[in-house]
Amino acid sequence: MNSVFSNKKAIAIFVLPTLLIFCGIVLVPIFVSSYYSLLDWNGVGKGAFIGLDNYKEMFTDTRALNSIKNSMLFAAASIFIQLPISLVLALILASTIKGEGFYRTVYFIPVLISTVVIAQLWSKIYNADYGLLNWLLENIGLANLAQDWLGQKDTALVASFIPTLWQYVGYHMLLMYAGAKSISQDIFEAAKIDGASPIRTAFSITIPLMRPILKVCLVFSVIGAFKVFDLIYVLTGGGPLFTTEVPSTLMYTTIFDTYRYGYGSAISVFIILECLIFTVIINKFFKTE
Amino acid sequence: MSTAKGLLQRRPNFIGKILLQGFLIIVTIIQIYPLIWLAFFSLKDNSEIFSGDVVGLPKKFLWSNYAKALSDGHVLNYFFNSVLVTAASIILVLILSAMTGYAISRMNWKLSNLTMTLILLGMMVPIHAALLPLFMVLKNLHLLNTYWSLIIPYVAFGIPLAVFILSSFFKGVPREMEESAVMDGCGIYKTFFSIMLPLVSPAIATVAIFTFLACWNELMFATTFINNESYQTLTVGMMSMVGTYITQWGIIGAGLMIATIPTIIIYLLLNKQVQKSMIAGAVKG
Repeated sequence: MNSVFSNKKAIAIFVLPTLLIFCGIVLVPIFVSSYYSLLDWNGVGKGAFIGLDNYKEMFTDTRALNSIKNSMLFAAASIFIQLPISLVLALILASTIKGEGFYRTVYFIPVLISTVVIAQLWSKIYNADYGLLNWLLENIGLANLAQDWLGQKDTALVASFIPTLWQYVGYHMLLMYAGAKSISQDIFEAAKIDGASPIRTAFSITIPLMRPILKVCLVFSVIGAFKVFDLIYVLTGGGPLFTTEVPSTLMYTTIFDTYRYGYGSAISVFIILECLIFTVIINKFFKTE
Repeated sequence: MSTAKGLLQRRPNFIGKILLQGFLIIVTIIQIYPLIWLAFFSLKDNSEIFSGDVVGLPKKFLWSNYAKALSDGHVLNYFFNSVLVTAASIILVLILSAMTGYAISRMNWKLSNLTMTLILLGMMVPIHAALLPLFMVLKNLHLLNTYWSLIIPYVAFGIPLAVFILSSFFKGVPREMEESAVMDGCGIYKTFFSIMLPLVSPAIATVAIFTFLACWNELMFATTFINNESYQTLTVGMMSMVGTYITQWGIIGAGLMIATIPTIIIYLLLNKQVQKSMIAGAVKG
């Protein structure tokens, strides 16, 4: 019996192909990127080793700093705007309201759609002349607010946050809903008998018991904000005048438009580290409190 | 509790329920109307869109927008490429991850825990990190502008979550199942393929859904590794199509709809399974 389950040849056949493709494509490139990030290199011939100069440049260049600031604002917007909305929706739906299944199914639809499609759709919504948003403003008597949302520096950043918030509200709602539903019904019965109001129950019982899933949502939304690429790339390309640029779009243009492979790699390493550090911080925060 | 008192208590509850329903309906409109609006303008011609009626139903359903997007806009070609790349990635992810997940959770070897930890680390890696090194490797192997340049990375980045989900399902299968198979004289391959694999079909569905969404919607690799139009997938194709038909919203809308319809159909057919998969992926990941 045991010999069947410790068949060395079978184990090799089952594991080696996976391990090979995984290490070659996912793990090794991280080290390669880290090495590239120490070079001054345009992809042709051998690069010159310049130590940490690329990183120094990233932390002094206003364009790079601005992109980092934007991704932080993105993260803040999803923590303080998106997650609370998702939480409210999840709590309402988990309280066995009529149509619960329908609402949950519908709110989740945008999550599944390609971000490229979402970005193209929103660029039409924001269109200055024929867009849905300006049409709406004109028809509720706020025509003076109608403007070229993505084309001007002071509205472009906020306008490019909204589609992501809109798209992923349903995702966090679903996770939080599952978290709330997994709480034992007995606790709610007891709270009801004690005369606790629904809002009191939510704050004193449901939300504290949802901590594990809230942590997951927090990590996902922060990391998602740091990694955001598709939406900005399609919606604004980082413009106008770099106002909506994020680290991943800056990395992309640095590598493929200006052929600064070393500097672009430094930005990609920064994105990995940023994600790792914040995941650790959030986990710590949830442990100690 | 007396009935009168019960009614009194239920009344504010009733008003509250109506307010809540109102709120949920408003959110429904916000979440779904933009997509309905897209469906509407994909069937309109320019004169209708630009004459001020941007919101309503199309006066005449202009299906020719779809025909134009499919042929002149090359959407049919992009669609075919997306189907091919996505299907190949799903099949490979399933085969590789099921075998590895099984070996890790059910077979006896020294490095199984280490292997699992290594693969789990992969879930933390953003694809940004691999972009340039992969580009250089694919370029040197002359694999840029082939389907493999997308399938191989999609499979590699799909593996961690897939192995994780599958191995946790294999763990849940009672030992007796495979022990009796071995008693009956099944070898390890037969035990795996004909006894164990069918038992974890829910996990296979979960992984397939995940991999479908990841590949179908992926942009960064797709736009970097392929610039030959005949191999482009839908996400990249949408961008070039929008560039070609800048002012013809109807055709752009039709293209966007075609790219989205498969996802919507899968969701309508399997919405419970899709929701479960997303929860499983997040909670376990």
